[in-house]
Amino acid sequence: MAAAGEELTSVGYIRHHLTNLQVCAGESGLHTHCEGAGFWTFNIDTMFWSALLGIVFISLFRMVAVKATTGVPGRLQCFVEMLVEFVAKTVNNTFHARSRLIAPLALTIFVWVFLMNLMDLVPVDLIPYAATLVGLEYQKIVPTTDLNTTFGLSIGVFLLIIFYSIKVKGFTGFIKELTLHPFHSKNPFLQAILIPFNLILESVTLLAKPISLSMRLFGSMYAGELIFILIAVMYSTNLVIGGLGGVLQLGWAIFHILVITLQAFIFMMLTIVYMSMASQDH
Amino acid sequence: MNINATLISQMISFAVFVWFCMKFVWPPLIAAIEARQKSIADGLADAARASKDLDLAQAKAKDHLRDARKQSAELLEQANRRRSQIIEEAQGEARIERDKILAQGQAELEAAINRAREELRGQVAVLALAGAEQILQRSVDAKAHADILDKLASKL
Repeated sequence: MAAAGEELTSVGYIRHHLTNLQVCAGESGLHTHCEGAGFWTFNIDTMFWSALLGIVFISLFRMVAVKATTGVPGRLQCFVEMLVEFVAKTVNNTFHARSRLIAPLALTIFVWVFLMNLMDLVPVDLIPYAATLVGLEYQKIVPTTDLNTTFGLSIGVFLLIIFYSIKVKGFTGFIKELTLHPFHSKNPFLQAILIPFNLILESVTLLAKPISLSMRLFGSMYAGELIFILIAVMYSTNLVIGGLGGVLQLGWAIFHILVITLQAFIFMMLTIVYMSMASQDH
Repeated sequence: MNINATLISQMISFAVFVWFCMKFVWPPLIAAIEARQKSIADGLADAARASKDLDLAQAKAKDHLRDARKQSAELLEQANRRRSQIIEEAQGEARIERDKILAQGQAELEAAINRAREELRGQVAVLALAGAEQILQRSVDAKAHADILDKLASKL
């Protein structure tokens, strides 16, 4: 569907699907683009769906955790424990320091990102159409196709990396790691020359972590969503192309099951690896 | 698609979810899993121990069985020995008894023979006396000739 008063075209359709529902500072009501608000704009749909999915994850797991029995588990408990054990094993294999945070962090990332990615498999028009019926014109339901979500996650991980680096190595140790590697010299004068190069290299390495983390997830999910939208455009042409679109959508959705799981796993795995690197003293 | 304040809200919700997970989700679940792992490990250890116990018990039972068999064989042998001993004893006793009975019989027989002989001797003496009387056609004083008669009788 196009926004009210707009002609139904492919471009409009696609643009409509890629537009967030926003509220802007200094303006009342819901918008699709805030001219003057700049940074202080909130993507209501992204926030709503990510929070909803996070609450689904948290409440489901909390429910199982409360009722968890050490005896013969039920099916739901089995499923949840399978995930927990999978994450625990992955963490134990990669992260060798003791930490109460890392495993729950990895579990949260894996399940939450997976659930947010899973929204990609919901037919692209279903929820936006339902939203139109209750008066919301725009609705982007996959939070991970919003850079804000992926950057929110990766910056959180980035802050933890810095926190753990300083906690384990101390502030001076962290600074040393940034300045004395990879080029190191016994000669103090030579070392002084090498410090800027080291700092540039290490800063890039450090900053590349959150950026690659978020861009990977965002790119993968955005591209996937875009292809679903393009397939959906095919339905509006004619019967033959529409039928082909149906086949394509099924194929892409099945393939996407792999992609969304893989992306969630990669995000979790890299988080563990980065945290492990941060917690290791050289 | 621009970065905006949503970023901050997403970071906050991320932090809240991680905190909640760390506080209220992960510990009970991992505790339940570890408790079950422990109970399974204990169960397996128990099963191994039970099977070892079973092996021991079986070996012991086999030992007992062998002992019992040996004992029974011994008992049987003993009984056999005892039987032959009893038989032998009985045979000995019977032999003694038989000898006794035989001896007694013999003695009785001899006594009877002697008696008969005495009788006969007496009778023979009488007969001889009677014969002699007849021959002599007179009575012989038995008393006077008693010594002769006795000598005769002892010769018989």
